[in-house]
Amino acid sequence: MVAAVAMIAYVAEVDADQGLSQKIFFFHVPIALTAYACFGWGAWKALLHLWKQRDGADLESYVAIHQGVIFGALTLVTGSIWAKISWGHWWVWGSDQLVLFLVLFLFYAAYFMLRFSVEPGPRRANLSAVYALFGVALIPVSFMAIRLANDLIHPTVFTTDGPQMSGRMFATFCLSWAAMLLLAGTLYQVELAGKRLDLRLRELRELLA
Amino acid sequence: MSYLADVGALARKDLRLELRARDTLPAMLLFVVSTLVVFHFTLPQNASRLAAFGLLWVALIFTALLGLTRCFAAEREQDVLDGLVLAPSDRSAIWLGKAIAMLAFLVAAEVVALPAFALFFDPGIDGRTLAGVALADLGICTVGTLLAGMAAASRARELLLPLLFLPLAIPIVIGGVGASVNGGARYVEFLVLYDAIFAIISWASFEYVVTE
Repeated sequence: MVAAVAMIAYVAEVDADQGLSQKIFFFHVPIALTAYACFGWGAWKALLHLWKQRDGADLESYVAIHQGVIFGALTLVTGSIWAKISWGHWWVWGSDQLVLFLVLFLFYAAYFMLRFSVEPGPRRANLSAVYALFGVALIPVSFMAIRLANDLIHPTVFTTDGPQMSGRMFATFCLSWAAMLLLAGTLYQVELAGKRLDLRLRELRELLA
Repeated sequence: MSYLADVGALARKDLRLELRARDTLPAMLLFVVSTLVVFHFTLPQNASRLAAFGLLWVALIFTALLGLTRCFAAEREQDVLDGLVLAPSDRSAIWLGKAIAMLAFLVAAEVVALPAFALFFDPGIDGRTLAGVALADLGICTVGTLLAGMAAASRARELLLPLLFLPLAIPIVIGGVGASVNGGARYVEFLVLYDAIFAIISWASFEYVVTE
């Protein structure tokens, strides 16, 4: 993580078109991709819960989606700052990815509403898992819809010809992304350990009572 | 074949219930017409017809939402759902029957809403718009019925359904507005894709919504 920040600051050359503000790219895009990874992981755990009935998969799915929402909110914030600097407005409806994140953010916020208004138990686990699966289907579908509806002003860095950036920038980007994934993974493990401990504690307390 | 018979029986049950009790459909009709009247006054005097089309979609989505909140009301009040789950048939038949009944309500509401819209706003409705509305109806009913089943299991119920439904309805709105305003065939194709994807997921996952 520290190495990534250092590399962002010193190694990657300053973008000719956008200048220094382009450096936020190395935070914004890895955070966004990490959020996708979290949502995907949460949906995979949800699928395992429904399909294999694996114990604990529900909790893992919930924690992964929780991480995803946090990273999604960060994406919105960093994207908004970047939009302000390079396009002059805090919010630009023309930027596909940001609008997609807004939709996903609303969707997963509703996930929490659903989860907290159902009694804990197998029913809640099932409902959450089904909703999480809807989420991963919604990502590509909304992306297509938003791209259809918009003119493109978001810089498309990854095209079919491969990434459009220089070697040093790409290395920085990869390192930064790896650092974000590592951060997300660590947070996921910590949160999961905490939740499991909480669950054990509650079970023990019920046994004692 | 027995699967289709089950679906037919369930859909017929809902339609017959509606014919006798008249709980949902009159409310939907009245709602959609009164929203259109409200929208007439919210639009500035010389607004373009494109703006009117946008408002038509708002009216349709919220009318559908009104119907969907009542979707499992009868089942919940009489505890029918447990009985249906125990019945010896595939659980997805419950969803399909319900979705077909909802589709019938929604189409009935639109049979009134679209002429009223044409009368009030004079927008010039073309075939693409009709195709967009029909495909959007399919999407709304498939996804909406499943989410209504979810919301019925929660404590918040009526409050929760719009929160669950609206983010999922955003692609429908984009496709529908695009089909009626831009007139692009791509939007119609997109709606077909949306319907297919979410119909399959809903069909496969409904069983988990009603069972424990």
